[in-house]
Amino acid sequence: MTLRARIVVRRPAFRLDLDLTVGRGEVVTLLGPNGAGKTTALRALAGLIPLTEGSIELDGVRIEREPAERRPVGVVFQDYLLFPHLSALDNVAFGPRCQGRSKAEARLRARELLDRMGLAEFSSVRPHRLSGGQAQRVALARALAVEPRLLLLDEPLAALDAHTRLEIRSELRRRLTGFDGATVLVTHDPLDAMVLADRLVVVEDGAVVQEGTPAEIARRPRTDYVARLVGLNLFRGEGDGDRVTVGDLAFAAGERVSGPAFVAFAPRAVALYRTRPDGSPRNLWEGRIDGIERHGDHIRVHVDGPVPVAADVTPAAVAELDLTPGRRIWVSVKATETHAYPA
Amino acid sequence: MRSRVPWLLVVPAVLGMAFLVLPLAGLLVRAPWSTLPQRLSEPQVLEALRLSLVTASVATAVCLVLGVPLAWLLARTDFPGRRLLRALVTVPLVLPPVVGGVALLLVLGRRGLVGQWLESAFGFSLPFTTAGVVVAEAFVAMPFLVIAVEGALRAADVRYEEAAATLGASRFTVFRRVTLPLVAPGVLAGAVLCWARALGEFGATITFAGNFPGRTQTMPLAVYLALETEPEAAIVLSLVLLAVSVLILVALRDRWVGAAA
Repeated sequence: MTLRARIVVRRPAFRLDLDLTVGRGEVVTLLGPNGAGKTTALRALAGLIPLTEGSIELDGVRIEREPAERRPVGVVFQDYLLFPHLSALDNVAFGPRCQGRSKAEARLRARELLDRMGLAEFSSVRPHRLSGGQAQRVALARALAVEPRLLLLDEPLAALDAHTRLEIRSELRRRLTGFDGATVLVTHDPLDAMVLADRLVVVEDGAVVQEGTPAEIARRPRTDYVARLVGLNLFRGEGDGDRVTVGDLAFAAGERVSGPAFVAFAPRAVALYRTRPDGSPRNLWEGRIDGIERHGDHIRVHVDGPVPVAADVTPAAVAELDLTPGRRIWVSVKATETHAYPA
Repeated sequence: MRSRVPWLLVVPAVLGMAFLVLPLAGLLVRAPWSTLPQRLSEPQVLEALRLSLVTASVATAVCLVLGVPLAWLLARTDFPGRRLLRALVTVPLVLPPVVGGVALLLVLGRRGLVGQWLESAFGFSLPFTTAGVVVAEAFVAMPFLVIAVEGALRAADVRYEEAAATLGASRFTVFRRVTLPLVAPGVLAGAVLCWARALGEFGATITFAGNFPGRTQTMPLAVYLALETEPEAAIVLSLVLLAVSVLILVALRDRWVGAAA
């Protein structure tokens, strides 16, 4: 393990307490809503705020008492914070200079890094003349120039417009793969998190609520926040083998589970009927349409009832079923597309 | 449509403006324009002008060396008594300069707390010397610099300094390579203000350094003295100081005058 940390930061009306381990070459993303404490955790790792309690161990060395300038940590800040009075080259050379290298040596190293980032021709340009994507690459080069063992990135894509974001996201993924130390990235954007992370750590209210690979998290969310992010209906109930009871409803699911359990299914696994369907499909109940909205190339229908669910239907179905807010409707979910797992 | 501006406000405003502008206009009207070049080249005038420029510049340099770190300490660190210290630093701003001069005499004079020791240890005495002029000017002018630089430091984004720290910069390196360049415009403005204040210094200078032509007689002192013997010379000297003030205003117009517009 490269990074092993327990970060406790206490403030009036806020407490951050999380355990974090990051392996060599691994990219861990802290994902959570604004105010969850992700950035606080990052600042604590960087040494910009003190820990109230806990420890930070990097490559077997305790660093929580070291000041920021003595930690082998590189940071890419949210707005990049490139020094406005220095050229791109001197921004990147800043770290090596501080580590005691000669001006020529530092610049040589900076030039190499800018070259690798495909920014060779921008080395003499001041930050305000760089595009968002270029500034991000300079910021990454500057953070890597100090040869950190831990790389921290705070919302590295937030400052970019949607247009360039896609391309820069995959490019960043590639560059992070090339870094052999531990990487911790903070974001509130689920897509960024899914693409950039080897492992996700979901933080809510200063605590870890879920941890796992992006695929695991996307399939088995454990909080409403995560469920909303990955676009699943999520309920908490009690499992008794075949079924999970949520309030008055008993869900049949693809998996057997006993004790406290989650039930999750995608909005497209939900079918809507104007009258009670024939036969005896399981997972069936009656509800009232609460709202209808466009969602990509389909229509998302929110149905209130024993449990509130979101259903995705085609525009044709909306017309056919005459779906309007306030209408009563039958809802069913295929058992094979319903996932149950222990809570 | 906007209603008319009330004359109860307009009349005092116009009077106030006249009060501020008329004396300066008077100075221009009464100036002996025909003999001006000749007056300006009189050795006494040149001597006072040279002394003023040199002492104000040296005093500004002293203020920069001591005042910028002081402003940094006030803006970037937290220690018990910081607010009190900040208040004390600004005392010379409101203190009558002549009181400052007396205070300087009591500390740095031949019998003063520090002056006594300076005299016995180094045979060195400040009062009534050119160095004394610099001390008096720096004492009065430094708060202007400290306040301006502290304001610039507080307005500067500290996140740049944090970024520098994560790159391995010590606090002094952060100050030198990041903070100072970022607040350079504020430092420059503070220095100009400080220089202007030093140039116009009268009370503390005449009290602490006396009035010796060529040694401690700066422009303001020369103006005051000339007024009794040669009013025309006083006007000429005043014109020079007025010109310098206007130049400073022009130099700083974007920062100070234009700021409110």
